[in-house]
Amino acid sequence: MPKLTIDGQSVEVPAGFTVIQACEVAGIEIPRFCYHERLSIAGNCRMCLVAMERSPKPIASCAQPVADGMVIHTNTEMVRKARRGVMEFLLLNHPLDCPICDQGGECDLQDQAMAYGYHGSRYQEPKRAVKEQDFGPLISTAMTRCIHCTRCIRFATEVAGVQELGATGRGEDMEVGTYVQKALSSELSGNMIDLCPVGALTNRPYAFEARSWELAKIESIDVMDAIGSNIRVDVRGPEVLRVLPRVNEDVNEEWISDKTRFACDGLMRQRLDRPYVRRNGKLQAATWDEAFAAIAERLKGVPGSRIAALAGDLACAESMYAVKELMAALGSTHLDCRQDGAPLDAENRAGYLFNTTIAGVEKADVCLLIGTDPRREAPILNARLRKRYLMGGFDIGLVGAATDLTYDYRPLGSGQGALDKILSGDDPFAKKLAGAKHPMLIVGMGALARPDGAAVLAQVGLLAERYHMVGRTDGWNGFNVLHTAASRVGGLTLGFVPGRGGKDTNGILEAASAGALDAVYLLGADEIDMGRLGHTFVIYQGHHGDAGAHRADVILPGAAYTEKSGTYVNTEGLVQRTTMAVFAPGEAREDWAIVRALSAALGRTLPFDDLATLRQRMVAAYPRLETLDHITPSTWRKVGVDGQTSDQPFVSPVENFYMTDPISRASPTMAACVDTFGAGTAKTGTHG
Amino acid sequence: MLNDQDRIFNNIYGLRPTTLDGAKALGDWDSTKALVLKGRDWIIAECKAASLRGRGGAGFPTALKWTFMPKVPDGRPHFLVINADEGEPGTCKDREILRNEPHKLIEGALLTAVALGANASYCYVRGEFYREAEALQRAVDEAYDAKLIGKDACGSGYAFDFYVHRGAGAYICGEETALIESLEGKKGMPRLKPPFPANAGVFGCPTTVNNVETVSVVPAILKRGPAWFAGLGRPNNTGTKLFCISGHVNRPCTVEDSMSVPLKELIERHAGGVRGGWDNLLAIIPGGSSVPMIPKSVCETVLMDFDSLVQAKSGLGTGAVMVMDKSTDLVKAIARLSKFYMHESCGQCTPCREGTGWLYRMMKRMVTGDARVEEIDLLEEVSRQIEGHTICAHGDASAWPIQGLIRHFRPEMERRIAERRSRTLAA
Repeated sequence: MPKLTIDGQSVEVPAGFTVIQACEVAGIEIPRFCYHERLSIAGNCRMCLVAMERSPKPIASCAQPVADGMVIHTNTEMVRKARRGVMEFLLLNHPLDCPICDQGGECDLQDQAMAYGYHGSRYQEPKRAVKEQDFGPLISTAMTRCIHCTRCIRFATEVAGVQELGATGRGEDMEVGTYVQKALSSELSGNMIDLCPVGALTNRPYAFEARSWELAKIESIDVMDAIGSNIRVDVRGPEVLRVLPRVNEDVNEEWISDKTRFACDGLMRQRLDRPYVRRNGKLQAATWDEAFAAIAERLKGVPGSRIAALAGDLACAESMYAVKELMAALGSTHLDCRQDGAPLDAENRAGYLFNTTIAGVEKADVCLLIGTDPRREAPILNARLRKRYLMGGFDIGLVGAATDLTYDYRPLGSGQGALDKILSGDDPFAKKLAGAKHPMLIVGMGALARPDGAAVLAQVGLLAERYHMVGRTDGWNGFNVLHTAASRVGGLTLGFVPGRGGKDTNGILEAASAGALDAVYLLGADEIDMGRLGHTFVIYQGHHGDAGAHRADVILPGAAYTEKSGTYVNTEGLVQRTTMAVFAPGEAREDWAIVRALSAALGRTLPFDDLATLRQRMVAAYPRLETLDHITPSTWRKVGVDGQTSDQPFVSPVENFYMTDPISRASPTMAACVDTFGAGTAKTGTHG
Repeated sequence: MLNDQDRIFNNIYGLRPTTLDGAKALGDWDSTKALVLKGRDWIIAECKAASLRGRGGAGFPTALKWTFMPKVPDGRPHFLVINADEGEPGTCKDREILRNEPHKLIEGALLTAVALGANASYCYVRGEFYREAEALQRAVDEAYDAKLIGKDACGSGYAFDFYVHRGAGAYICGEETALIESLEGKKGMPRLKPPFPANAGVFGCPTTVNNVETVSVVPAILKRGPAWFAGLGRPNNTGTKLFCISGHVNRPCTVEDSMSVPLKELIERHAGGVRGGWDNLLAIIPGGSSVPMIPKSVCETVLMDFDSLVQAKSGLGTGAVMVMDKSTDLVKAIARLSKFYMHESCGQCTPCREGTGWLYRMMKRMVTGDARVEEIDLLEEVSRQIEGHTICAHGDASAWPIQGLIRHFRPEMERRIAERRSRTLAA
């Protein structure tokens, strides 16, 4: 390891480090604009200049590799002068409109100008003005503020994998833009807002809403997909104003998807803020007592075998546990957390997890995607796959509908036939799998959430065994299920699945339409076909007036993920917990408390009076939920049920990335995205 | 004064046929096979003994540059890239070589390639040199047909390909790494160094970029011997040099003379003297637009070579001598150069992108005297803030002309400011 001296301090850093990284190791802050540890090195802002002995000129510390015996000075007159000079240059054509700039207060340019710049400007010539760019409904641009650090260009090209951003013109006339004036078609575009060190790219829906110092910043977990991205929720008063990523190297690094970031305005719309009871075919506002009384009235004398419960995609483990306990108290075994009907066995943990882990993808050398579109189902995972792809030596095959995944892959076929070919070794890709050291597969809900899902799963499991992805002694497990719902793994972990003699989602719906059920409890379940519920009495507990609420006979208003402390388990099996950032609106309450209160109204009081007690009981029963931020590896067992499979092609369940759940469906920003990116239905004559 | 027999470019004016036969008649492609067979180390040693320095502007010892290439190939091919993106204002020497002496360049490229262990060379020709690229391509075709280059160059068994690549007219593409980027099909923006091209150049392979003139003199050195070459000029400033004399002289020309020829002699002998006589001289930019100007007093004695001009706080650059007599508005001239550097800045790094525009705008005001005297200091300081802080030398090139102006003609700038001020007050 090279040893160098920085400001008289001796530091030893790994070879391949650059001087700026060595300075960080030494605890010395170097100002920078273009340098970002997750992007390639551009070296163009020149803010990080430092003095190196035996070099007559200052060097760009971000681009200079360390060498043994190097002597660096970061605080000489030459360095200070160079920084002041660069700062002055950067500010020449910067509009200095900080009072009306959304970046104000969290702006690198502002901060560094204070720390390293001159006190005033000596520039007296006219300033440059640059035309705005259309970056779509998510990013608002003020390109006059751009300092040409090219972070956004590098992010789009490298991480997001869309070659849509670049610099045109040269010299002073250089402009960052999309070449053709069209919105950026990336699910990760919002990250450019964070990357932009100035106010050139800002959060469009959040524009002029607040100043960063007015906001309370609460660390939480995202539920828009099954990745469990680590987020920071910025709130003011009762309102969530924006969502930002937090660094978690093992999950989302420091990126979040656009849905995670921008769907938060859906939290203020279409909210269920008081209980409702259907009277004479119409939903009418009611008090909690009236709602509970209506339920108690309807359930009086109904045997448990005629009651069922379904958990939705956003439910936290606590609420599912409470509902499960309530169902047990009522004597019902008809419960399911698999709204989409994916035949995953809750007893076989390795059979429903993303065992390789997201960070583990970087170790894999061959990857087979089956019935999944990771770009739409889990953009963060897709970014990781692309990162691995860019490292080289990563063969990717896809069984399913061909689509642009931002990296090259081999299309192997659309359905079961292609799987057969790989299993039999007939496909050339089979050789790649056979020769791989760390092969992995990702099977999505497109292959599993269908009538023959169990049989497909069995085939996939066989494939994993055949190509030594599983059952290995070196700890590698290449079998991965990519979930699309934040609640799913939590639900499976605590066994929110049919008990003895119980019906699953499909069974419940069939029984309901046949009149064999008296009541169905929907815990935020909106993705089922409500038409199949027949004349059953429907209790809907949730936070948005979505499909379930429309069908409901009684609505119990619950809390969204930002309004409660809830445990979620991501697709890897990583247990994480959200934090309450704001209170649920109006009469709405935290979900566990609603179930607890209902249980009392039904005369079957559940044995917990606060969240802590509930959690104690929950983790006692399901210890896997105990340790936060931890994944317990699971041992491989055969998955699926052998059976007949159909030739139907695998189709990803996420047809429209921007609207997958009640929150994003209520979000005007997501609606604007659907409009812009054409993922939705055609416009009608009554559109604007 | 250069003897006729010491001349390397004996057809630089194209007075004799420029075809292969014509070139051969003048000694090109003579015993090339033997030179190729003498091998890499011998060629490098000969050029080192000749103290050949690069003719593109920086004057880096050529043989030393060649030794930066990996000694043992690591599987990646080596490349020679010839810089024919002659964009420096005032410079027109490579153009003459491409037009009239293309075979010297091609022969030189073959021998240089041997010295680098390269089997291919790309000649990046400036976009505006349309006819020159045609002339070069014609010569390349002739050389292929005559089997002088190709799979078995000159029958030596050495494979060598020569590609002509046309640029699109950006000055910055004359910077070696920007040229490499452009050659790769990307936007011509200089790269960060390290890695240097000798480690990772064009297409990520070891590459050496040499100027057209540098490459073209290699055959002469090898054929006539390094002692002959080193005998011309002064130690460390050896050989002959193509000088491009333009501006206020009676007969502007491109001429070959020995290195270290006195500037005054160069102008008097080849260019018919300064317009209106030597005493009418005001200042000279001795090495292309990017080097600082020198006033008449310095021009009297200065020698045209690298070391002497550096001593005079200027540079030999490309050897483009721009003569300005007393009718010249020096401030306006430098303001025009400033505009050029602003326009040609690639925009990648901050000091150059923002600073060149600032310099130009201040210079524009200096022309009319619409400034304060303190702004001359500011101008100087801004130029120092750019110089040495950029990725490539474009920042330096934009700063130096202004520094030269202030160094030697500050009183003229102050006079204008005062004059305008008194005019304004009078009004």
